[in-house]
Amino acid sequence: MLLHVEDLNIEFHDHIIPETVVYDFDLDMEEGEIVGLVGESGSGKSMSALAIAGLLSRHDAKKRGSIVFEGIDILNCPRETLRGLQGDEISMIFQEPMTSLNPVKKIGWQVEEAMRIHRQATPEQRKARAIEVLTHVDLPDPERVYNSYPHQLSGGMRQRVMIAAAMINTPKLLIADEPTTALDVTVQAEIVKLLKRINKQHKTAILFISHDLSLIRQLCQRVLVMKGGYVVESGPVEEIFESPKEEYTRHLIESIPKVEL
Amino acid sequence: MTGIVKKIFSSILTILVVACLVFLAFAVIPGDPAVAKLGTQATPDKLAALRHQMGLDIPVMKRFLVWIAGVIKGDFGTSYSYSMPVTKLIADKLPVTVILTVYSFVIMTALSIFTAILAARRENSVMDRVIQIVTQMIMSIPPFFGGIVITLVFGLTLKLFMPGGYVSYGNNLPRFLGYMFWPALAIALPKSAMAFSLLYTGLVTERKKDYARTAFSRGNSTKDVFYKHLLRNACIPVVTFFGMALADMIAGSIVIEQVFGIPGLGRILLTSIQNRDYPVVEAIIVCIAILVTVSNLLVDILYRVIDPRTAISE
Repeated sequence: MLLHVEDLNIEFHDHIIPETVVYDFDLDMEEGEIVGLVGESGSGKSMSALAIAGLLSRHDAKKRGSIVFEGIDILNCPRETLRGLQGDEISMIFQEPMTSLNPVKKIGWQVEEAMRIHRQATPEQRKARAIEVLTHVDLPDPERVYNSYPHQLSGGMRQRVMIAAAMINTPKLLIADEPTTALDVTVQAEIVKLLKRINKQHKTAILFISHDLSLIRQLCQRVLVMKGGYVVESGPVEEIFESPKEEYTRHLIESIPKVEL
Repeated sequence: MTGIVKKIFSSILTILVVACLVFLAFAVIPGDPAVAKLGTQATPDKLAALRHQMGLDIPVMKRFLVWIAGVIKGDFGTSYSYSMPVTKLIADKLPVTVILTVYSFVIMTALSIFTAILAARRENSVMDRVIQIVTQMIMSIPPFFGGIVITLVFGLTLKLFMPGGYVSYGNNLPRFLGYMFWPALAIALPKSAMAFSLLYTGLVTERKKDYARTAFSRGNSTKDVFYKHLLRNACIPVVTFFGMALADMIAGSIVIEQVFGIPGLGRILLTSIQNRDYPVVEAIIVCIAILVTVSNLLVDILYRVIDPRTAISE
């Protein structure tokens, strides 16, 4: 098993009254699997994902339960161990490609970063690898992109750059937190296609978070439906589409816009 | 690139305007260099002879044109009281002031960046609060007072340096730099505290941005996230302050030189004002104007280097 999450509860203590945002979250993922996590905003899906990526600050958020990635306890391991995984075995891409890149650093520097941190390599080797991953994510003229700044690229291109940067060390798990929400529909479809291809080529497991069930249906084998901090339903995608047990899931399915010709 | 060329051109123009204003101001204000030199008891004949020798009997406009032509060639005329070329008089004093200013600037930059990151890394911790309180106090200490306190504590009590033990940079460079550290610190401290506040706010704001989270997700340590990612972004709005601080430090140097007995431009400027030694005063003010303009120009270039978005839109 690649990832085993059991009884995960996340509580925030940055206000006077503690607030629980995720209750009893369970998730198992095998190598190379694509799992969808769906729910409306505030349902706790992003928080669960951030916790799995080890990105919830230990100070503000109290976490109970366990997150075990390849035998390593993400919640209780030393920081160095966690950092050793981040960007190497576990990578993450985010909702906002416009702001997720550092505006004052060149794309090449940012794409290479995880490699600089986790791998021994000469600058030439790093650049060659960066150009390779930039080519893999279908960016035209990767050499030019390598030497550009984020503000010189479109949103779709930036999200491809984010994916390239996340894939540079070919991680075992890629967490994609609403990666297509900020993009227009045609670009959305391309990004989903790209993620599918990456999954096939590198056996990278993907945890795909979205509020859009139609995207989940295109990409994932299994899906978890979240509401108000609870997982209300989970199972194979087709099964859930055909016979949703929960009222809430039915509403989510009904809200998919249907194209009529 | 055209933007920088334009800036250089306007800088030269600024310096020329300052030169004109300085000369005309001294032509207008009361006070007579000849009287200052010979005393009020001097006979009118002697005064007239001296005025003739100094060239003060020539009409103002003509004197101005001769002077400005000299300035452009780098010749500031002859000092009234020292009877030697002004250029020669200030040649070995100007570097002292420049070094003191640059030294202060380096200390301010290093100190403010280091403390701001130290505090911002652990926002709301005990260390953060202690640093905040100390900077609030330091911010309100004027350099001349800070200089006195530094002399008392580090010089007389802890004996880390000898007050008044200035060594020329030509004689012994390490000892010169060792001595100059203290006056530079006195100038830098209040400015560092202000730079700290601005940098701290910037860092805390940048820390919450999406790209910071991306940096963490790649396995960066907190320290690396701050130094490699957040610092440069947090510096962008502070660069303007750094420019103003640098200009301010030139003036600060002139005052602090008195406290630490450093033979820079400050001392000669004060005596020359008392003696109505116009050529010297004018030369020093033009020098300061050049320093301020050059530092502004550097800041402008720095701003373009730090933020690629401004460089491209040019």
